[in-house]
Amino acid sequence: MLLSPYPTTGERIRITLLWIWCGLVILFLLVPILIPVPLSFNSGAFFIFPLEGLSTRWYEVVLGTQRWQSAIGNSLIVAFGTTLIATTLGTLTAIALSDEKFPGRRIIMPLLLSPLIVPVVITAVGSYLFYARVGLASTYAGIILAHTALASPFVVVTVGASLTGFDRNLMRAAAISGARPLTSFFRVMLPLILPGVLSGAAFAFVTSFDEVVVVQFLASAGQRTMPLEMFIGLREKLSPAITAAATLMMGLSILLLLVANLLARRGRKAPA
Amino acid sequence: MSALQPSELDRPTLARDRSAADADLKSVSAALRRAEFGDRMRSLLLAAPLLVLLALSFGIPIVLLLSRAVYDPTIADALPKTTVALAGWNGQGLPGDDAFAALAADLKDNQAKGTAYELAKSLNARLPGARSQLLKTVRKLENADGQAALDAVKSVPFWSAPTTWPAIRSGTNSLTSFYLLSALDLRWNADGGVERVPPEQAIFIQVFLRTFFVAASVTLATLILAFPLAYLIANVPKGLAAILIVAVLLPFWTSILVRTAAWTVLLQKFGLVNDFLLLIGVTSDRLDLMYSRIGLIIAMTHIQLPFTLLPIYSVMRTIPPSQMKAAYSLGARPFTAFRRIYIPQVFPGVMAGCMLTFILCLGYYITPALIGGASDQLISNFIANYVNVELNWEMAAALSFILLVFTLALFGIFARVLGLDRLKLV
Repeated sequence: MLLSPYPTTGERIRITLLWIWCGLVILFLLVPILIPVPLSFNSGAFFIFPLEGLSTRWYEVVLGTQRWQSAIGNSLIVAFGTTLIATTLGTLTAIALSDEKFPGRRIIMPLLLSPLIVPVVITAVGSYLFYARVGLASTYAGIILAHTALASPFVVVTVGASLTGFDRNLMRAAAISGARPLTSFFRVMLPLILPGVLSGAAFAFVTSFDEVVVVQFLASAGQRTMPLEMFIGLREKLSPAITAAATLMMGLSILLLLVANLLARRGRKAPA
Repeated sequence: MSALQPSELDRPTLARDRSAADADLKSVSAALRRAEFGDRMRSLLLAAPLLVLLALSFGIPIVLLLSRAVYDPTIADALPKTTVALAGWNGQGLPGDDAFAALAADLKDNQAKGTAYELAKSLNARLPGARSQLLKTVRKLENADGQAALDAVKSVPFWSAPTTWPAIRSGTNSLTSFYLLSALDLRWNADGGVERVPPEQAIFIQVFLRTFFVAASVTLATLILAFPLAYLIANVPKGLAAILIVAVLLPFWTSILVRTAAWTVLLQKFGLVNDFLLLIGVTSDRLDLMYSRIGLIIAMTHIQLPFTLLPIYSVMRTIPPSQMKAAYSLGARPFTAFRRIYIPQVFPGVMAGCMLTFILCLGYYITPALIGGASDQLISNFIANYVNVELNWEMAAALSFILLVFTLALFGIFARVLGLDRLKLV
């Protein structure tokens, strides 16, 4: 594809340079995210290669000490709460928006996407200001609400994409056959768009699980999540426990998003 | 004539039929409209929960925050008598004794209510040095009444300085442009015009310029790295392209915090980047990359690279290779064909990737906080600092206001020129 059938010397040189450049860029992309993995298994207390020896002591710190355990627990509470609300409401909104006649579609879509564009510090500071007045600061509900705003655009987009392949006549057929709207939603529409919904749910989960700025402003000391614990650790004192936590978080995000992308691809292909 | 008669006779019935048909049609279209209206309402009802939730959890907080930038009733609330006394003042020289007496009374009230410190802080934001002077005056006012109180205020030279009363008067206006102007290093001067603040007080323009500089550098760096890679991925066989795309997506799927953490490990004085630079002989000494501008730009470039690459790639894969071949066969040199055939077609993708990265860079917070030094903090870090450390919500709000205006303006241009479909986030 890259080389023509009878390449000139100049072409060969250009293509070779392209490959070298791209190889370096790939290294630049991958090495930084892979580095914490071996370091997290280092038995020593420093971040220096060569490793002193293999051990799981830093994972024991992250999974075994009360401070990190409560952080993991908080992260899971917030992420599951966010996923539940964002997926439910986001799916309903995507269904509504998939209707061509929806009033003000062109205005609502940019508004729905705006939480992704507005600098997250502004969202965090604004939430802190408002939630403190209505008694939601330092509550799980407050953090979940703020995370829902950040996560729901992903659900609307992924479910919306799977709905573009959905034939609305199926819903009419179900109605003619006597199905109530709820029945036809659960038995006809949902099974067909389920990959998109699950994919949106995975995106919502990861968005909330990885979020640190909003949590920094809204969480009380007892509500620190895993990313916040990492952020504080990075500011105070670098400990290899952070590389273990980073490896765990990275593994979880990559796993979930891999599944999400495979599902989203399936969801787009299946009905077309 | 006679032939016309029957038809004239017929006409009424015909007209009646037609009107009946019209009525039927009308009722059908009315029913359709009703059904459509019902559909629309149902759609709106489905979307309503999320829209309401977003308005509550996202819309109201931001509007509330922005309103703090232009609405600050602290001074007006704390100095009601002074506000009344200043109503008749022409703004020239010093106000009359009644204003001093009113100020003394207001200060005593604040001391009694325990709001004196809040007032001092708020006034200090507009009038540097006011905090200590005000608190000093409050102490002098203890056990002083009437003439003694007036004398106590007048005995502090600060209250007779030429800049004091204009600042107090502008503070008694709850609606204020003071903070927004301050965020741009501007202020009102005595003649009612806008002027730059003295250079030693100016900080924010520099921070905005720094933010733009970092964002532009990162955008350029990601473009230089991403463009050839996107080209390669778009032009190699499918299997290899899938592997390369995964190499781009793996970091994309890792959170900003985790990647920033990885870079803090790499950029240490005895970290891997310095090992590498020594190895290839670029430097003979270990560099201080942590808490430096260059370290920050490297880490941000790594984080933003996929955002620039993916929109470019999604355009490049739609361009058939036969076009370039056609250009060659027509005698175009490789560079000419690239410039005149390829670049114009991928330009929208390049613009989308670069604008997305630039917009996102403007709002960076975590990475500068952890990797940047004191002189590499971006505008978001200043906003957080005003909230967390200085407890100056008005200044945080004003900086947020200006950052948001820039961000949304660029996003608006993006949506208008390139379309939201280019925002391939998923």
